[in-house]
Parts: sequence; C-alpha cells; structure tokens
Amino acid sequence: MKFANIKFIFRKELRSFFNSPIAYIVIVVYLTILGWFFVSNLFLNNMSTLRTVFEMTPFLLLFFAPAITMRLISEEKKSGTLELLFTKPIKEYEIVIGKFLAAWVLYFFTLLPTLCYYITVASIGTLDTGTVIGGYLGLLLVGAVFLGISVFGSALTENQVVAFIISLFIVFILFMLDKVLFYLPTQLATILEYVSVDYHFSNIARGVIDTRDLIYYLSMIGFSLLLATNVLQKRRIA
Amino acid sequence: MSILVNNLTKYYGDAKAVDGITFEVHSGEILGFLGPNGAGKTTTMRIITCYLSPSSGSVKVEGHDIQTDSLAVRKLVGYLPEQNPLYLDMNVLEYLEYTAQLQGVPKSLIPRRMKDMVEACGLGEMKHKDIGQLSKGFRQRVGLAAAMIHDPKVLIMDEPTSGLDPNQIVEIRSLIQELGKQKTVILSTHILPEVQATCGRVVIINRGKIVADGPIADLQRSLHGGEKIILEVEVPEEQSFEMISVQVKQIPAIETVSLINERNGVKRFSVETSDATDIRKDLFNLCVEKRWGLLELHRIQTSLEDIFRQLTS
Repeated sequence: MKFANIKFIFRKELRSFFNSPIAYIVIVVYLTILGWFFVSNLFLNNMSTLRTVFEMTPFLLLFFAPAITMRLISEEKKSGTLELLFTKPIKEYEIVIGKFLAAWVLYFFTLLPTLCYYITVASIGTLDTGTVIGGYLGLLLVGAVFLGISVFGSALTENQVVAFIISLFIVFILFMLDKVLFYLPTQLATILEYVSVDYHFSNIARGVIDTRDLIYYLSMIGFSLLLATNVLQKRRIA
Repeated sequence: MSILVNNLTKYYGDAKAVDGITFEVHSGEILGFLGPNGAGKTTTMRIITCYLSPSSGSVKVEGHDIQTDSLAVRKLVGYLPEQNPLYLDMNVLEYLEYTAQLQGVPKSLIPRRMKDMVEACGLGEMKHKDIGQLSKGFRQRVGLAAAMIHDPKVLIMDEPTSGLDPNQIVEIRSLIQELGKQKTVILSTHILPEVQATCGRVVIINRGKIVADGPIADLQRSLHGGEKIILEVEVPEEQSFEMISVQVKQIPAIETVSLINERNGVKRFSVETSDATDIRKDLFNLCVEKRWGLLELHRIQTSLEDIFRQLTS
C-alpha cells in the first residue's frame, strides 16, 4: 500500500467537492434541517442535551451519504476517466480508500458547525461531556459506514441516480433493522440487532465506548470498501 | 524488444474481440495500428496498458509481464485513451500535476516536467483554464501532455488526431514524430495518410486477427504485384473504348484496361499490369504508332488505402 497514492486521490476528490457546489449544498441543507429540529425543541424540552443532533443526523445521513458519494466512482466510469486511473501505477483499493476518505472528511466538515450547539447548550446549562464525545464519535462512525456502503453503491454502476438509489436502499435496511426487531423471533432478532447500525450507535451515544461496537463499525467499513474494491477489480478482468 | 504481444486473445462474453494476435515492437519504433472499426485495436491497446486483462496469451512491455508485473508496466507506459477522457472540472496545471503524482514522478521533478510538457504541447496560454472550457484540439493536447508527463519509454495512443482540424493534425503528427525518436510508440488510427506520414511500420488487424505486418513499402510491393497506370489520350470520336482497349491489350503483361471517363474524344483509362514490368514506354510507342494524342501518362503507387481495402473487406 502506498499512502502517497491514497493521499493524491483523497486531495483531488476533496478539492473537487469544494470546487463544485456539492460541499456547500450538503453543508447548508444539513445545517438548515438539523437547526430547525434542534432549535424548535430546545426551549420547549428545557433540557440541556444534544439528543436532537445525535438522533437526527443518522436519519439525515441516509440521504446525504449516498448523495455525497454517488458520483465518486460512477462518474469516472461514465466519463471514461476510470481508464486513466486504471492505467496508472496505483491499486484499486488505493483509489477506493482515497475517495472514501475524501467523502468522510467532507462529512466531518459538515458536522463541525454543530459544535455551536454544544457551546450554546453548555453555556446555558450543564451538559454531560461524556455523552457528547460518545455521540460525536458515534456519528463519525455511523457516517463512515454509510459512506463506505455508498462508495460501494457508486462502484456498481455508471449511472449516478442508480448508485444513489442502491446505496439508499442498503443503508436504509441497515438503519431500520432494529426498528422492526420485535416482529421477529428472538433468536433471529439478536443476530439482526448485531448487524443494525442504530443498535451500536445508541451504545456509543450513551457514552459507553465498547470495543464490540468499535469492531462492528470498523468491520462494516472495511467490508464495504473491500466490496467496492472487488467490483473494480472485476471490471478489469471482464 | 520493447513490446512483445504473444498469441493474445480476448473474449467479451462469447464474442471474440481479439483472436490470437502476435507482434512485436522494437525500441524507438513508431508502429501504426490499423483496422476498420471494431477490429480489436482499442481492445489490444487496453490490454497492453493493463486496463483490461487478456483471456489468454501474454504481453511483455520492456520485459515486464502485464499480468504478473502490472504496476511496473503502468509506470513505463504513457497512454492516451480513445475518447481522451479528462477531468473537466480541473484546470490544466492541476490535471498535469495530479497525473504526474499518480504516475509516481518524484515531487521535486514535477514542476519541471509540467513546464516542459506545457511548452512541448503549446498549452502556455491555456494552463490556468478549466479543461471543460477548452476546445477539442486543446483537450487533445492536454491528453498528450498528461500521457507524456512521466517521460514514458512507451507511448500508446488510440486515435490521437481524431476530431482535430488539419492544422492541429499536422502539429500533433510532428509532435509524435519528434517523440518517436526516443520512445517506442504505438498509435492506432483509421486516417491512412497519417500512418504514411508518421509510422515506419504498420500492423493491420481485421476481425481480431493480424492480416499484415511490415514496413509500408514492403506491404505495397507484396500486396500488389502489378502496377497501375493512368493513360489519357485524344482519339478520333468514332473510335470506341472497346476498339482502343483491344489495341492496348496487345502489349504483353497488361491485365485489365478500364475506362475512367470520356469527354469530346478524350478518353481516360486505367491500365493494370500483372507484374512489375514498366509498360509506360510501350504505351507511348503505341500512341505514336496509332497517332493518338497523348495527354497524360503516369504510374500510380498502390496506396495504403488500397492495401487496407484489399485486406479488410
């Protein structure tokens, strides 16, 4: 693995996010929706908590993650620039990781302004810092899983809309799994619960950082990027 | 030997795109790769550049196998793909830098290489513009500049002059010739004069198979044994084509005589011989003897177009 190659891909993709309207639209729309939900309830509930941020963000991410990543690979396929990348001395996974990291850093910049809420709430009430740190860590990990899956979705097709819908579909299932659990037999439910993104998120968001949850997230990210790499390698052989 | 293609075959599903082709390219040679659309040119080039893997057979570039030592091959090769795909949202310098980085050009050399390429490809005025704003000719130059940014030993270009105007074609051609002095070049095209102007050797491929391989002059000689002569004479109106044709055919070695056009007693023929004997003198003597007014008499060399058509239709 050459970190330099990952860095080159990463920098190029991040620059093209911020050179195009994508980054700004994502940041503005996310903050607008989140801000509305956050502020409208804040004084009504009269509780010093960032729960709205941590509850709403995974839900918004269902749409934002596929939207951010849908063009990452599919556009290269469509415009033919994948041929340029594939004939350079770099490996497929370096491409995938570089692109994934760029999307993740964009997501990080999207979350960053929500620290204003933290400052606001912390200054007018007492806030449990542990849950806040846990919550943000959880958000970064959930985001990484969703983005990883969406990178895979983007690798599957040269059509961005199709990539968006496939990614949305997979991410939606992972997100909804533990909300339908009580319809299912107990044995099955425990397995599905483990696969569910939300279940692990709620653990971390409580401020409990358990290695089991971390392992879950890291393996989900690794697995989805592996799948994306595989799709690209298959294309070379086809 | 710079490039060795050995018994290369490529299937797309059930369709055979390339069917057991074998050829080699020497260092410092410019090879023209010809063939009708769908003959397998692009597929072959994509395999040599490691974009696709072969179904069977092998390719070695400067001694490195494209399958077992793919990264080394990709480092050595500069490639200009068929449609010249580019990142339209990057400006010229950004794009050249990105390409140089991915090709593994050492950081300290990148500014020099970029400057050299901008100069060599005449991109000086465009270097800060987004590629999306450039005309097709300039995009082609950007593609070429990027393909050569790492000073590759081997340059592979798929239709490098497609979509350019005649002036640009001449420019790109001379650029290729300039480069060909130090590099191994393969270029595909179906513009035949281009091959005649730039390539020392051609490989003609049809339906996935090689149908000819050699220097252009050799191909011309081997494929068309005879010669073609254009003859224009002024004869009395009452003499028909058939009458003249019979008389002309009395010269030995003439195989066919055909009428090209006829106007006010001026008849234009094309005469073909079965071997390489020069019959121009005989034709001249015939005209003198019959008192035909000889207006034109010249020999036509078999053009690459003829070879191409003979081999691929």
